Order: sequence, then structure tokens, then C-alpha cells
Amino acid sequence: MTVQAMVPRMTEICGPGGVVSDPAELRTYECDGLTSHRAAPGLVVLPQTAEQVAAVVADCARAGVPFVARGSGTGLSGGALPRTDGVLIVMSRMRRIIAVDPVSQRAIVEPGVTNLAVSTAARPYGYFYAPDPSSQVICSVGGNVAENSGGAHCLKHGFTVHHVTGLQIVTPEGELTWLGDGTGAAPGYDLVGMFTGSEGTLGIVTKIVVKLTRIPQVITTLLAAFETTGAGGAAVSAIIGAGILPAAIEMMDALAIEAAEAAVACNYPAGAGAVLVVELDGPEADVRRDSAAVRELCRQAGCGEIREADDPAERAAIWAGRKSAFAAVGRISPSYLVQDGVVPRTALGEVLDKIAALAAGSGIRVANVFHAGDGNLHPLVLYNDAIPGEEARAEEVSGAILDLCIEHGGSITGEHGVGTDKSKYMTKMFTREDLDTMQLLRCAFDPAGLCNPGKIFPTPRLCGEVPGPRRGVHPAVAAGLAEQF
Amino acid sequence: MPGSLARACRVVRPGGPRDAVAGLTPPWVASPADTAEASALLAAATEHGLAVVPRGSGTSVSWGVPPRHLDLVIDTLRLDQVLEHAAGDLVVRAQAGVTMRQLAGALATARQQLALDVPPGSGNGGQTGSPTVGGVLATGSAGPRRLRYGTPRDLLIGITVIRPDGTVTKSGGKVVKNVAGYDLGKLYTGSRGTLGLITEAIFRLHPLPAATAFVTAGYADPAAAARGVAAAAGSELAPVAIELDRPARHGLVRVAVLLEGDPAGVSQRASLMRGVLGAGTATLDAAPSWWGASPGARGPGSAGRAAGTVIQIGFWAAALPGVLDAVDAAGRAAGLDPAVAGSAAAGVLHAAVPGSAAPEDVAGFLAGLRERLARDLEPGLAGGEGPPVRASAVVVRAPAAVQDLVDMWGPVPALGLMRALKDQFDPGHLMAPGRFAGGI
Repeated sequence: MTVQAMVPRMTEICGPGGVVSDPAELRTYECDGLTSHRAAPGLVVLPQTAEQVAAVVADCARAGVPFVARGSGTGLSGGALPRTDGVLIVMSRMRRIIAVDPVSQRAIVEPGVTNLAVSTAARPYGYFYAPDPSSQVICSVGGNVAENSGGAHCLKHGFTVHHVTGLQIVTPEGELTWLGDGTGAAPGYDLVGMFTGSEGTLGIVTKIVVKLTRIPQVITTLLAAFETTGAGGAAVSAIIGAGILPAAIEMMDALAIEAAEAAVACNYPAGAGAVLVVELDGPEADVRRDSAAVRELCRQAGCGEIREADDPAERAAIWAGRKSAFAAVGRISPSYLVQDGVVPRTALGEVLDKIAALAAGSGIRVANVFHAGDGNLHPLVLYNDAIPGEEARAEEVSGAILDLCIEHGGSITGEHGVGTDKSKYMTKMFTREDLDTMQLLRCAFDPAGLCNPGKIFPTPRLCGEVPGPRRGVHPAVAAGLAEQF
Repeated sequence: MPGSLARACRVVRPGGPRDAVAGLTPPWVASPADTAEASALLAAATEHGLAVVPRGSGTSVSWGVPPRHLDLVIDTLRLDQVLEHAAGDLVVRAQAGVTMRQLAGALATARQQLALDVPPGSGNGGQTGSPTVGGVLATGSAGPRRLRYGTPRDLLIGITVIRPDGTVTKSGGKVVKNVAGYDLGKLYTGSRGTLGLITEAIFRLHPLPAATAFVTAGYADPAAAARGVAAAAGSELAPVAIELDRPARHGLVRVAVLLEGDPAGVSQRASLMRGVLGAGTATLDAAPSWWGASPGARGPGSAGRAAGTVIQIGFWAAALPGVLDAVDAAGRAAGLDPAVAGSAAAGVLHAAVPGSAAPEDVAGFLAGLRERLARDLEPGLAGGEGPPVRASAVVVRAPAAVQDLVDMWGPVPALGLMRALKDQFDPGHLMAPGRFAGGI
């Protein structure tokens, strides 16, 4: 069946207001936050209940039509890139906060709820939802589950997988089922842990049980200016080496600061080669002791100005520069690529130097913003697509940065996901056997290969095939499902 | 058969009574020296259709359901190297046969730790061995500090596993922030040896705290103790662990809270925590004797309890009073007086009855407990939209006579998907067959 032939049935399930088939409207869904990859979906549906999602998926499964789920569309790896021959299931109408249970430190939410809305709902009880991607005002919890999203506060508070204890999902065959029971101690295999971060390829989340975290007694944020990223990096090492575990340690280099200044006038210390934003949270005495120690260690590393704030408005002002960074580079460059590599923290200095060398050698500027505490880099590779060849050079630099991360024992993606964008790098990080083993999961959940196909893995595994040396044409290539390169 | 095993692995010997796994003596025990030998061993085992059970220190290998078949025990103790400790990155890479005690010693020299507590009541016949890294991952068990630091799956960042056909595979890596590919570490943690052999693991570490203090309280009744637990958990005092101990129906219910951090700060918070917990409190420098132990494992009747039945109860923390009532009522109905202890604020408790209890009574207690957990715990604010199953009672270990009468695992959500996973990872059903949920 073609996807267009499904319109009547989809309208029956989701109501006339829940189906989009007009070509111009379909184009508005053609990409997520990774705007370089676009494909208009064959059809868009906007279900309002878990049962509707299940019915949609069951029909797709019966018809052999692929489907892709989309949250708020803020993803940076093309995980919600639609299939032109498939259905895009948009979850944004499912945005109820079903329950908040502060004594159990849990909340139950629908996948379309924004990340920040969870914290807002929990605040009256003295709790918040800890994983906080920079896009938290818009990004959806369902999307966070798909990508195992992080944010600035992962260093101390962990990321999404540490804060999800139960998931209701629609399986790729269209069945509604719960994984886990919300306790975090459910018997059997940890399906919740395994599903989180699977980038929408194992099913669609329809309800999420999240863990809530007690709001700390005191939160203080420091801003420290350094002459170089090397000096900033030395401060970071010293802080960690002293046994201090801040809630967040972020770093920005001069180019990123320049962009942020232009965008939000954050008023960071003028002329700084790098700034560190260090956040400490917890009981008062511990935070005061740690803050004094951090100041001293920054001074020893040669910092210039240090500011500190524990008033929420002043803290927000310090964070404004960091949080605006990605969007801000748009003011100093017509186009840019965002990367998401990770290196061991101890290799940060060396890797930053090498990135600087790459930038200098290629004539492509790179602004660096990163979660210094856990080595998660976000190099912003700046280029002007109006200049011939510049985009290609930017892609090369971007790829070379990922190669650097792998060389240093890191990862090609710390929090944005593999999606469409980085599947070609998976073979640099993992062997064929590793990727083959991961895909056993996919075979268990989605043997028909209809659930967000083509994401994560460069070569899909045909389920039921025997692994081993290939003879002749790979079955996936023969079936027209993949190219081998 | 011995020929191909011997070709795969230099150290292979016949199994003896001390190698028995839940009463089954394996014909063969092999001790691979490295990943390559372990891989060859598993490949040979699969080729000959041998049922395999991995074993580390053996501290919990005989707990739970016996394997349906057992031909080969793979002993991981020769995989005993701490391969890499990157102190500046707070990361350690260790082979599966490293014991937790050995690892703690290696990390303490840099004032760091793997923040996992050895599971309650490890050891056979009263002696306490130290579990291995592989064992802790395979059982997924955790102790009091799970409240703050999580369980093994929260601290594992990379893993090497040998699939039943001998393929060596990795997932994750050496950095904490890593979402490249599926996180198979989550699947292997708690999988009890049913999906493959873990040979290496990479963990994220934490600094050792500068100071610790334990604040204890005693309550006359469970309801008051539950209120104390909730108050401590909801405070701003950042408790690292909150444990409850109720050795018998009558007598004090004890609660203890662990605090960590700056010495002056810990001292101040301990005083405040005493106010939160109410009267009858004290501050201690060391853990109380019952901390992290199996319920009723110390004191009168403890020898009997060591050979008895232990049930792990998982629940939403707000249901604590209901869970304590359920244990009480089900115990009375069965003529038993179960001991209860555990991580009350984290929603995990253990109930224990001695080996001397009549098996039918134990079975009756378990059935009554499960029924009450399903029926009597408040549905909560979700009004039917939350998970339909919100508590579990799994038998961790029991004498054979009790096992014959009960379903050790109880109801397990999404069992169908678990079976599908097993079929993909171990199509021959050779790894620890029958030991897992649903007879997997």
C-alpha cells in the first residue's frame, strides 16, 4: 500500500484535524534541528492518545509502510528526518503531565511535554527534572528519551537514562506495552535502560515515568575568565583532581564568546580567551567550601576576573551567554555545523590545540563551546555557503574533529545522537561485530525494519541472516535497502 | 568434548561438589586466562551444545532458579587485572574477574571509588567473599548508596561481552557522555549470564568523600518509621542512603541515614537530620551493624536466616507504609514473622524468613505478599494511567523445598520482548538456561 492510500484510515484514527496531507504543509515537517537533511514526509499524523499511536503503527505495520516519530523537532542529528514513503507521527499533541508524586520522587508525563515543563510542574513540591538540554524550553521529554539527552548538568546529575524508570511504548508491530514499572528495580532485563537512547528505532514512547530530584539547598554559579582555553582546561583538571564534583563546568572560547556577546550582550569579561562557567549545588556548607576552593584553583590556573552569583536572576544572566551560544554563532557566520564529540577530559587541552590547528590550516573558523567537566565538545564549524568549496571544507573539518575524538578514545556523539548525521562514522568507532550485535536488538523489536529505518547504522542488518564473511552482494544491497561504500 | 574445550582453554578440569550451581554439579569447569580463550571456549561450547553458567567469586551463583542443564562453568577469576585507571578522567577499566575489594583498594590510592555497595548477605554458608565486577554486573545488585549513586547500570559506561557463538563485542566506551549506538551495557547488566559472558567493564568513578556520618533513629511502629524515611528523603540535607531495619514484628524499627561531604558541613547536617528524624536519634561515625546486611542476618536466629528465603520487594517510595503492612499481614496469615530491611527511600526492601520455616508457609507468605502488593497499594495520583504493575516481589534465594512450591520471579512486564531478545542473543538457549524470568 502506498502511504497516500492510508489517509482515510489515518483520518479515522486521528480525526480530520490529526492528519496532514497537503504537500505545502508536509514540507514544514521536512527536517528537524539538522536543517541540512530534508525530506518531506509522505503523510503526517498528530495523535492525541497512546491508543491512537498504537492504531497508527499497527496499520503501518500491516501495510508495510515505514514510520518515524517526531517530538518538538529540535534534534540535531536528523533522528526525526521523515521518510518520503512513510508516515511522520508527530507527538506534540500528547503533552499532558499526568501525575506528580513527590514522595516517590516520580512524575508520569506524556512524550510531548517539554523538558522544562516537567521541572515547572515539580517545583511547587521542591523538586526538579535534572537532565536539562539547552533547548529545554522547547524540546520534548519523548525526544529526550529517544536521544538519551544530556545538558550542562550531566556531570553531577546524569542524563536522561538515569532519570527514567518506566516507559509505555508502542512496539513496531503496534502493541501498547509497559517497560519497567517505575520503581527502577523492575525484574528482568533492563528494557527501559536499553530503549532510552535508541533514537526512535525500537518503538514509540507514549508515557514516561521520570525521576525527580530534590532542589538543592543552595546553587551558586561562577564565571571565570582565562587568557587561553589551555589555562581554563588546567583549572578544570585541578577542580576534578581536588575531588570536587560541580553540577556543571562549561567552557567557551573567544570566538564563541564574541558570538554570544553579539546575540545576548552577556557582558562576559572583555578580552577573555576563554571563560569557565562552574555551577555548584547542594547543602550550604559544602557549596561554600567548594566555591572557595574553585576560586582558589582558578586563580592558581591564572584566571583574571571571577564573578559569582547565587541569586536566580544573576545566575541566569551568567548562563545566558552559554545557553545562547549555538544560536548566537548565526550572527557571526552565515552558516555553521554543530559537532558533538567527546574526549576524555584529560585530553581536552591537546584536542583543542589540534582543532585550532585544523581551523588555521583549512581557513575555516571553529568556535568552541563545551561541557568541560565531561569532555563533551561542541565545536561550531563556521562557513559561508555562498563561497564555493567552503561548505565542503567545513564538512571535512567537522569529520576530522570526530576522527580526533575517536583517536583519543572518545565518542562521536555525547548527547545529540547518531541519527542520519553520523551513521557513516559508526564503523570508525565500532567493529562490524559490535554493530551486528547492536542490531540484534533491532531484530528483536522491529524485525520488519519499519520503525525509523535508516538511522544510526550505516548498513541495516537483515534479521534472521547468519553473521559471517560475506559472499557476493550483501542482501541489503540486493534488496535496494542500502548502499555499500 | 573435553578435547575441543582443552584446545580452546588451557585450564579445564572436571567439576566437583564445590562447583555445584544450585545443586547441579557441572561436568567441566574452565578458567580462561584472557578474552581470546574465553571466546574460543564459548565457541566450542556452542558447537557442542553445552549449557554454560559463568561464575566469578561464586558469592551468588547458586541463588535463584537452578539451570535446566549445566555442562560447563566458566570461571572468570583469572581475568583479574585492573587494566586502566584514568584518575584524571574518573574512569576505570577492569576485567570481569576483579573482585570489588581488589578494585576498591586500587581506586582508594587516588582517593576515588566505584560507588557501589556489595549486595546484602553475599557469601555461602556465612563466609563473606567479595563479589567480582562481572558478578555485580550480571546480578545488577546494589546496596544502600543506590539512592544517591544508582545501581551498576548507572555507573557502567562500557562493556566487553562474548556472545554464545564466541564473537567478542563491545558497547559504550571510555567516556561518560556517549550515546553512539545502542547501550547494550543496560541489557547485559542484570542479565544473570543469560546473554553472554562479560569479560571487561568500564565504570565512571566518584571522589571518596572527605567525611561521612550515620544518623540513626528507632521507632516504635512501622508507620512512624516510614514517616521518618519520607522526611529524610524530602529534606534538603542531601542524604546518600536511607536504610530501614525491622528484624521482627515486635520491637524497634530502625532507620539510619548516611551523609557525606565536607566535615563541618556533615556535622551540621547530621544535627539537622536528627531533628528531621525525630526523637531517639544518634550520630555515628561508622555504619550500624545491620547496615547493608540481609534482613535479620545479624543477631538471634541469623544462622537460620542465612540458609532461608530472601525476597526482594520493589515499590514506589510513597507506598512504603503499605509495603510494610503487606509484609506484616501476609506474614501473620502464614504464621511467620519475616524480617524486613533495605533501601526504604529508594523503593527496595528485602524480606527474609529462616530456613527452618515450613516450605508451605513460605509459599503462602509469598503468595499473600504478592496479592497484597497488587491489590492494596494505592494506585496513586495517576488514576490508572501509570504502569499497571507498580511493585514486584522476586525471590532472590530459597531452599530447594521452597523453590519447588513457588514462582521465583513472579509477574514480569514485557516478558514477550525479553524472550525475543534472548532468542536473538542466545538462539541456542545455552547460557544459564531456565534461570531467568519466564524460564528464559
